Amino acid sequence: MLYDVTIDGKSYRLDLERTEGRWSCRLEGRELEVDGILARPDVLSLRIGNLAFEVKSERVANQLHVWVGSTRFAAEVRDPRSWRGRTRAGDEQGPKKIVAPMPGKVVRLLVGDGDAVESGTGVAVVEAMKMQNEIKSPKKGTVQKILVMEGAAVNAGDVLAIVE
Amino acid sequence: MFKKILIANRGEIAVRVLRACHEMGIAAVVVYSDVDRAALHVRQADEAYPIGPAAASESYLNIPKILDVARRSGADAIHPGYGFLSENAKFAQACVDHGVKFIGPSAAAIDAMGSKTRARQAMEKAGVPFVPGTSHGLESSDEARQLAERIGYPVMLKAAAGGGGKGMRLVHAPDQLKSSLEAARSEAQRSFGDSEVYLEKAIVNPRHIEMQVLADEHGNTVYLGERECSLQRRHQKVMEEAPSPIVDPDMRRRMGEVAVRVAEAAAYTNAGTVEFLVDQQKNFYFLEMNTRLQVEHPVTELITGLDLVHLQIRIAAGEKLPFTQDDVRLRGHAMECRIYAEDPDNNYFPSPGRITLLLAPSGPGIRRDSGMYEGWNVPIDYDPLLAKLIAYGTDRDQAIARLRRALSEYFVGGIKTNISLFRRILRDADFRAAKLDTGFLDRMLKRTEDQAVDAQAALVAAIAAGMFAELSSAVGGAANGSRSAPGVGRPASNWKRRGRREAFE
Repeated sequence: MLYDVTIDGKSYRLDLERTEGRWSCRLEGRELEVDGILARPDVLSLRIGNLAFEVKSERVANQLHVWVGSTRFAAEVRDPRSWRGRTRAGDEQGPKKIVAPMPGKVVRLLVGDGDAVESGTGVAVVEAMKMQNEIKSPKKGTVQKILVMEGAAVNAGDVLAIVE
Repeated sequence: MFKKILIANRGEIAVRVLRACHEMGIAAVVVYSDVDRAALHVRQADEAYPIGPAAASESYLNIPKILDVARRSGADAIHPGYGFLSENAKFAQACVDHGVKFIGPSAAAIDAMGSKTRARQAMEKAGVPFVPGTSHGLESSDEARQLAERIGYPVMLKAAAGGGGKGMRLVHAPDQLKSSLEAARSEAQRSFGDSEVYLEKAIVNPRHIEMQVLADEHGNTVYLGERECSLQRRHQKVMEEAPSPIVDPDMRRRMGEVAVRVAEAAAYTNAGTVEFLVDQQKNFYFLEMNTRLQVEHPVTELITGLDLVHLQIRIAAGEKLPFTQDDVRLRGHAMECRIYAEDPDNNYFPSPGRITLLLAPSGPGIRRDSGMYEGWNVPIDYDPLLAKLIAYGTDRDQAIARLRRALSEYFVGGIKTNISLFRRILRDADFRAAKLDTGFLDRMLKRTEDQAVDAQAALVAAIAAGMFAELSSAVGGAANGSRSAPGVGRPASNWKRRGRREAFE
């Protein structure tokens, strides 16, 4: 299977096949001798040549992390065939969802529909564990829609607002 | 001995006390709020009683509800843990009134230590050293000048009604004194409506060192050595160790004797902690007494070989201390990390949520006091302390080495934790050289660390990410969102990597 893997913003072309428990691997066109087993869900024991690694996988607020030892990487995995046609570059320009980074309660909304915001403008205040956190706009633009009300309980990853 | 103890707490400390109960053959009764039904302390209890909504004021802080559970369960004693009702004199008294033993000091002793001015008066009588200065307002700048000459610069001017740094001025030299006093006075007047300002010696870059004491109800009080608690972030302790790297046997004896005097002056019983500020010349000054078991009690347990919770229970049951001061021996070195559900990359903001993966360290010299488990949802309603990781070694270097090794084994997936912060502290040259003071951590966090990119690890991550995807799809068209299919079919939005690289050296 051919994968498009993005690690910390850098893209890798990875061709990975597994037949009868044996892996073949081509990373950026380079053939590597690899062997990986799932020790348990989300924990991969990986050998590259004879170098051994334990790699963990987690998802926090809808973001995939891959941990090699104690180093965390932001990861994204796509199968380029099934995702052909999807524009990836569009995300940066188009509407941007502002999500709650943690479960909590929306204690205050700082902007309203149609307001102009700068990158870094506070959009909402979410309270969790008795601390208040200001959720900021990641880009300059206009608030297209506020999707939560003050006092609402939100989960990690819930969309609070869309900035265009 | 008690037959049944009610633990009026939650989280790792409830589990800690529960373990002691079980070790002593005592049944453990716990209470829980609506969001804590699945908490570890409830799972491990012998009896568990719901006490209402998540808000602590309606559950863990609600005295009538907790006393009602004590009555219904037939518990003969209550252990308050730390936080919540542990330093509430009213609660301690209410326990007495309801015929259930409060495992801690008397209401009068809690009260005496709760008020700073009253504590200070009692302690001054007992000859306890305070930061030199006045406890009354300054009459004139001449009085301030004379006083400052006597105790030596730098001095600190403080608003009597003050707090939060308002009305405070650090004065390095005599020629700044008059203008600083005027500025402090007008700021105090504006902030608190009271221009009274007093003066005390400024302790530059102090250490925070505290002494564990233990007193039975038969007049015996001992000290169990100190803990170095200088590693703080915004006045909150983050890491503690025992013994303190700067305290020698003579200083320990002097601090210990003062701590015992403090306890005796308040007719203190059970476990308590006397906190000191220590200046660069190793002078120590009384700060306050904490009238409860401390979060960081395990480091003292490891170097003394004592179990403080067992001893608390035995003292409350009326037993005499089973040893004397001369029997107390310190051995080795212990260090504790407070593992919080908080995000080091986002200003240490709390990070509650579901723990999807938990890999816990073990092995030589490692102790873990934890209130979490895999699959548990960390509620948003309480203090974010998840667990304490404690390492023991024959000396400080070995304790550090073991702690670093254990941290490399520790993994909490699905939520953010401050584990990476400890990796950084433990490789800091000043920390390793034990050059600590209460400003250490805030200074360290202001420095940006070199973020060497580990190119090999990134390649490993790329291959692993593909393998996770391949292995999960091979599980046979598993439903979308299956937990072992982290990346596939769900393109994450373009998000920036915020993570600080914490490559292991």
